[in-house]
Amino acid sequence: MAEYEAVIGLEVHVELATTTKLFCGCPNEFGSEPNTNVCPICLGLPGSLPVLNRRVVEYALRLGEAMHFDVPSESIFHRKNYFYPDMPKDYQVSQYDHPICVEGWMEIDGTRIRIERAHMEEDTGKTQHIGGGGRIHDASHSLVDYNRAGVPLMEIVSHPDIRSAEQARAYVSELRGVLQAIGVSDVKMEEGSMRVDANVSIRPVGTGELGTKVEVKNMNSLRSLGRAIDYEIARQIAAVESGDRIVQETRGWDEAAGVSQGMRSKEGSNDYRYFPEPDLVPVAPSDEMRAEARAAVPELPAAHRTRLVAEWGVADQDARVLVDNPALAAYADQAMAVGAPGKDVANWCTGEILGFLNESGLSPEVLPLAPDGLAELIGLVADGTLSRSLAKDVLDECLREPKRPKQVVAERGLAQVSDEAELAAIVDEVLVANGDAVEEYRVGDEKVRGKKRGFIFGQVMRATDRKANAAMVNQLLDERLS
Amino acid sequence: MTARAIADAVRVGERSARSVVDEHLAAIEAREPELHAFNLVMGDSARATADAVDAAVARGEDPGPLAGVPVALKDNLCTRGVPTTCSSRILEGWEPPYTATVVQRVLDAGGIPIGKTNLDEFAMGSSTENSAFGATRNPHDPSRVPGGSSGGSAAAVAAGFAPLALGSDTGGSIRQPAALCGVVGVKPTYGRVSRYGLIAFASSLDQIGPFAGTVDDAALLLETIWGHDPLDSTSIGSPPAPLGDVPDVSGLRIGIVEELTDVDGIQPEVRAAVERAAAGLESAGAHVERVKVPSCVYGLSAYYLIAPAEASSNLARYDGVRYGLRVDGADVAEMNAKTRAAGFGAEVKRRIMLGTYALSAGYYDAYYGQAQKVRTVIIRDFARAYESFDVLLSPTAPTTAFELGAKTEDPLAMYLSDVCTIPTNLAGHAAITVPFGTGAFDLPVGVQVLAPALGEPDMFRVARAIEGLAP
Ligand SMILES: [Zn+2]
Repeated sequence: MAEYEAVIGLEVHVELATTTKLFCGCPNEFGSEPNTNVCPICLGLPGSLPVLNRRVVEYALRLGEAMHFDVPSESIFHRKNYFYPDMPKDYQVSQYDHPICVEGWMEIDGTRIRIERAHMEEDTGKTQHIGGGGRIHDASHSLVDYNRAGVPLMEIVSHPDIRSAEQARAYVSELRGVLQAIGVSDVKMEEGSMRVDANVSIRPVGTGELGTKVEVKNMNSLRSLGRAIDYEIARQIAAVESGDRIVQETRGWDEAAGVSQGMRSKEGSNDYRYFPEPDLVPVAPSDEMRAEARAAVPELPAAHRTRLVAEWGVADQDARVLVDNPALAAYADQAMAVGAPGKDVANWCTGEILGFLNESGLSPEVLPLAPDGLAELIGLVADGTLSRSLAKDVLDECLREPKRPKQVVAERGLAQVSDEAELAAIVDEVLVANGDAVEEYRVGDEKVRGKKRGFIFGQVMRATDRKANAAMVNQLLDERLS
Repeated sequence: MTARAIADAVRVGERSARSVVDEHLAAIEAREPELHAFNLVMGDSARATADAVDAAVARGEDPGPLAGVPVALKDNLCTRGVPTTCSSRILEGWEPPYTATVVQRVLDAGGIPIGKTNLDEFAMGSSTENSAFGATRNPHDPSRVPGGSSGGSAAAVAAGFAPLALGSDTGGSIRQPAALCGVVGVKPTYGRVSRYGLIAFASSLDQIGPFAGTVDDAALLLETIWGHDPLDSTSIGSPPAPLGDVPDVSGLRIGIVEELTDVDGIQPEVRAAVERAAAGLESAGAHVERVKVPSCVYGLSAYYLIAPAEASSNLARYDGVRYGLRVDGADVAEMNAKTRAAGFGAEVKRRIMLGTYALSAGYYDAYYGQAQKVRTVIIRDFARAYESFDVLLSPTAPTTAFELGAKTEDPLAMYLSDVCTIPTNLAGHAAITVPFGTGAFDLPVGVQVLAPALGEPDMFRVARAIEGLAP
């Protein structure tokens, strides 16, 4: 059996988080009453004309800067002609052979993924089919909501440089991080503000040419993207192995069933009759706009991770988790800035604090515990005032109520017992009270000894309300049990 | 009475706008049944607007340079709350929720929209016979066409229904009917007048412009409507230079375009009018010479690829989903098809098919692409001519008004009526037609003055001079 490799290219559509739509002044808002964010322009009423939203160009320039694109002196819009009820003009205004961003790249775990282009275009409305279980073919009628019509999109098209589902996920995740960092989109795959289509083909390892590609659509999360690609690779290998030919087609991913199916494409056999949009003039960003875009690109995720690891000693995995949560990363940065060791900050942030945020749905900015409060807590552990275990209790209280860690320690008398004589007396009492366990420890094998030692340690902590200095307790037990 | 004289009288309270409007409505009542210049006469709203103008004058305010002047609007200009049909069944029942920029500027200047004028459906035609609501007739001879596509606007001015009218010119749709009806018609530089609210035929060629009885009145209306509009991305940003009011042509270099004067089928009287006007200009101190603009001969072919291509896309939106006519079908695609089959007339369908074909995969380069190259060459040839000449001269149309039905069975013969006007649209330049005597059957003849982009001031100087020389 031959060895195959997958060849994957991704087309990512991102809704830009502008205040207004691409060609008119209507609000670009999710979740309004149907057909309330509309006007003659985005409804494509006869006689209306588009005017390009300058902010969209700014965002495209930022993207160009962040992802190493060339931005030619001029780009133009075309009309993509086809009939569909959710498209008010029955053509989509989109960039075609002269996009604003050409030939960029992103580095994913040391591999450079080339990106062919990124272009601006308008979104369509949304159709809802009524009756017949919501499917178009059995519906009695359909309702169209044009609130989304004319919402600005960027389509970002990679070269077929991706070789696995995992790499595809990493690419999209990194892209999401970049788009978030430069502030151009909410990038919520689940809400549809980021949509990913995958072009997948396979070929025997070592061959250069490309196989017949299949387009897979309808993935609504990173997880489903990975599953859909893995499924498609396996499907194609099985087909080739059994002597079938791969048919060029578009397949829809069914997340619940875990399979994809050939789509009866609404655009299947269309000839889009592209031609330059005569109602718009070429987009020619000035040097000032380019400079502004450069200045508006902040530290990007890759650089941020590197800085966390190299400068603050944060573990790779923690750095990734932090940077994937920009608000949490900013919180951590502030805690480190007041002197807390990066490793400890990252531990707390990616552990207990992230857990609390996920469970409460809060964002880091509104936590009662300010970043310097976290630094204070870390200091209390470092100087031996709090055990790690008690520190968790303190943190828990500080995440819910506006109290400083030192205040909680004082109120609850939580300071750690580190007086050696006092601890020795308690240890001795515990040993006497648990003579059986001590005896079993002495005669037991490695496994029993570990178990009994843990039990005795637990009894000591219990006797001190968990305030005993754990290191000292261990040292005392070592001396007495040897 | 000229529009300027009316406005001057209304502004100082010598005449009431209401009396002006009533007078014109009376003229309409007398002859409109015979001519059918209008799809809709806006009698009530015109009277109400006139009363508002009179009230403003009574308060001591200046209603503006068009105070009390009735203006007829081609029925492809959007008017809020007033049906706007493009003379097509497909827009049946549609009332725009907004007003075109030019109409708003007319209103802001104290002008009074008096009605929506008939046109060839979606401005596709040269005789105003392709209207879903019946043909318009030429006021000089009602057995003849007024030209088109803005035939209703041309006829309205010629018949005295309104001193001023607005039309749109994609390949000659203002100038050709103006010539056939014996009035002045202007196609301004592309981008000079906002297209916002003009229902598109071919976006890269469409331009709104005035009709008037005199060159001066055309200038008055043009100066009211032109200038930058942020709602139209192709609108020119720089402010227009004033048109002035002198007919002085001494020292101007004027070229007679051979390719537009020696066209097939030109009537001798039409050619003679151009030569007579040229001679007059020369004796008025201009330097006149013949000039070649060779690529003009390809204008018609290029136009009949570019305009239908853009139209095929612009007219896609009439699909029965959102407004206008809907003919039900078993599914959306069938509803779209039935609606369009029932809603569009034959000429519109012909051009949509032509344009769809010209843009199709495999044909794009040979047709649309090639036509755009011709366009570039025409622009280059004109640029060369304008190195030696300030303005150019030609007939406006090869013939005087023809009889109804004479060309309806032969689209190519009809298309040839625009052979002299099309190159200006392809180049994005300006042109004006001025009545210059009569030709065959004692019908009006027009002489066309062509100018480079933004060349309106020189163009109007020459137009005023020709008007003074006219027999
Ligand atoms: Zn809108």
